[in-house]
Amino acid sequence: MTTAASDQDLGFTDSATPKFESPESVRTRLGEVQYLADDAISSVAYLADRLRKPILVEGPAGTGKTQLAKSIAEITGARLIRLQCYEGLDEGKALYEWNYRKQLLRIQAGQQGEGAPVTADSWHELEEDIFSEEFLLTRPLLEAIKSTDPVVLLIDEVDRVELETEALLLEILSEFQVSIPELGTVKATQIPLVFLTSNNTRELSEALKRRCLFLHIGYPEIERERAIIEARVPGISSELAEQVARLVGAIRTLELKKAPSVSETIDWARTLVLLGKTSIDAEAAKETLHILLKYQSDIERTRKDLLNVVG
Amino acid sequence: MLDLLSGFVVELRAAGLPVSLTEHLDAAEAMHHISLSDRSTLKAALAATMVKSDDHYAAFDLAFEVFFAMRDDQNNDEGDVDLDLELDDDGAPSGKPTNLQGKGNLKGQGGGGGSDLTPEELAELLMKALVSQDATLLRMVAQGAVNRFAGMEPGRPVGGTYYLYRTLRNLDLEGVTAKLLDQQRLEKGVKPESLDERLLKAEIARRIERVKKAVEAEIRKRLVEDRGTEALAKSVRKPLPEDIDVMHATKDELVVLRRVLQPLSRKLAVRLARRRRHGKRGALDVRQTVRRSLSTGGVPLDPRFKKPRPSKPEIIVIADISGSVASFARFTLHLVHAISSQFSKVRSFVFIDGIDEVTRFFDGVDDPAEAVYRINTEADVVYLDGHSDYGHALRSFHDRWGKEVTKKATVLILGDARNNYHASEAWVVADLAEKARHVYWLNPEPRDYWGSGDSIIFDYAQHCEGVMECRTLRQLEAFVGDLS
Repeated sequence: MTTAASDQDLGFTDSATPKFESPESVRTRLGEVQYLADDAISSVAYLADRLRKPILVEGPAGTGKTQLAKSIAEITGARLIRLQCYEGLDEGKALYEWNYRKQLLRIQAGQQGEGAPVTADSWHELEEDIFSEEFLLTRPLLEAIKSTDPVVLLIDEVDRVELETEALLLEILSEFQVSIPELGTVKATQIPLVFLTSNNTRELSEALKRRCLFLHIGYPEIERERAIIEARVPGISSELAEQVARLVGAIRTLELKKAPSVSETIDWARTLVLLGKTSIDAEAAKETLHILLKYQSDIERTRKDLLNVVG
Repeated sequence: MLDLLSGFVVELRAAGLPVSLTEHLDAAEAMHHISLSDRSTLKAALAATMVKSDDHYAAFDLAFEVFFAMRDDQNNDEGDVDLDLELDDDGAPSGKPTNLQGKGNLKGQGGGGGSDLTPEELAELLMKALVSQDATLLRMVAQGAVNRFAGMEPGRPVGGTYYLYRTLRNLDLEGVTAKLLDQQRLEKGVKPESLDERLLKAEIARRIERVKKAVEAEIRKRLVEDRGTEALAKSVRKPLPEDIDVMHATKDELVVLRRVLQPLSRKLAVRLARRRRHGKRGALDVRQTVRRSLSTGGVPLDPRFKKPRPSKPEIIVIADISGSVASFARFTLHLVHAISSQFSKVRSFVFIDGIDEVTRFFDGVDDPAEAVYRINTEADVVYLDGHSDYGHALRSFHDRWGKEVTKKATVLILGDARNNYHASEAWVVADLAEKARHVYWLNPEPRDYWGSGDSIIFDYAQHCEGVMECRTLRQLEAFVGDLS
């Protein structure tokens, strides 16, 4: 099955040109906005565009899942629409809602103008009127579908919604359309790139996973982390970046409650630069460890197991 | 290619990965969009379309290496190996012979001849590869080492681990580590006992790990040539973490299990907490409903319901921690305590032939793993000889804590009920069943073995509400999840 065929199946009118030529180009262009992708990330982003499938990004907190969506939006010049998920998220906040107040106003306005009894015709007209797009409040998902300019849709922390609410997403993820009972089906004019992120606090449903490409972003290799630090922390010496990356790599091998994330590593490196360090020793590491680790027991364990050295 | 992909999907399913038809189609479609000669992209594409859980990635990885090992051989190696070597090893004395050997390998006749590198040359090359971190050189070393040391013979029905062990032993990686450490220490002027030295050690360990990986890949490649893809895939297939038989897990598997246990218990806790919050509505609250109906002229338009108050059971775990079932008991204790907020109270007892309460180890400790570790070292569970005696342990439990078991309690007994032909004292279990709300027995042995030899599980089973076979984390999680 080619993409052209699937276009017709879904009834898309435009034959959107692919956004990326190759996985390598994804990687270079992401590199230009200081997002250093590895093979898996660039390949999956490339495939998502070609196959027109959403990406489900999973991994520990602070490894750049949300940032990936932002960076992709940046390099493709697309608008980023973000839906933050939480427990209790419902249709009215994710998809669309009727603007009741405005509908009520419209009804009252109609009554005042004539004072005549309501006939079947006028009632019908009124009904048509108040259930038109004018009275529809679009929420992030519908907005992403309706938008005519390119968008990147980010559905953040999808594991926070209940299992039942996940079903809301299914139609939009596979068909790129939203069905509104009173109005009909709204189809996408352009296919948005969709990212779903999950911190893996619960198992997502099979139905959701099946519709997505899966990407796991773990902690980076030492070389890549060093490159990330150098890209993200201006003014850092390559020696310090190397040391920081190695030290964090070593800390991650300890059995900790919460291993340091990439974003925490960057914060740490920034702090060290602000303190005017050009290289790091055990003393300096001990003093600033609380930026990297957020549990007292983790800090103590690191001090005991890794930094119990002289000089 | 599509045939290869189908075979690959069959293998993934055989390994336990749930690959649906849609996902298979997606993978096939993805093949159209990428260049098949780029191995890492191919791998990423297959993983993204078919593997939807990080826990399953290891199984995928292994299957991929087996299935696409040959392709890698044909596409990549031939060109660059020779070239790179010439550039890298210009002055090295061993440059020439390595080169020839490399070509020999690629034609697929490795293992036969003995006229390859001497161990000394190999060691030298290995050092060079470690220092320069040159992937191609490393692959050459792996090829040379496997030629030299593994002693592979076609058609020999030995597992890859045997060859791996032989090769690695002969490479003397410990010696190499020490040597490399000394050398680098001198070179960079690293002080002993300093942070830099620590990091250097970690770095070297990482590089050595890469050598192991390279050797492993090399051996696997040869095995594929020898036995064919499907046969090898079948013989190296490993169970998914949640399907590992806990009782017979190897050391490596135990590490994997421990790693998945934590996210597993967290997920379980989240799920249970949610279920509690979104539970069914309680009974009709008559008082509130009548009060409300006053505003609608006495018509109860808006019925009110009582807040549900689900009962939180009290859990008593009695676990055998003698040799064979020890790891199973540890995992269960870990899991039960990790979700202890779902229960009103959790009390744990462990026994071998004596019994001891270990609840205190879990108090105020936020990492159950730590408490479980202390149980192993500190609990007082040996009464006579340190061989399981269920009868004595149960009787002691009855004497010391029997009165504290109430109607609110759910009792879990863990063990294989292999009693070394002691008295069963099954009346204790009957008594527990009388007093407690539920008594369950979890047996980590396969059901077929129950009652064979010195297993007296059926003596106890008649008094228990349920006896469950519980061999894998999947079964354990399902059971514990249903408890609350």
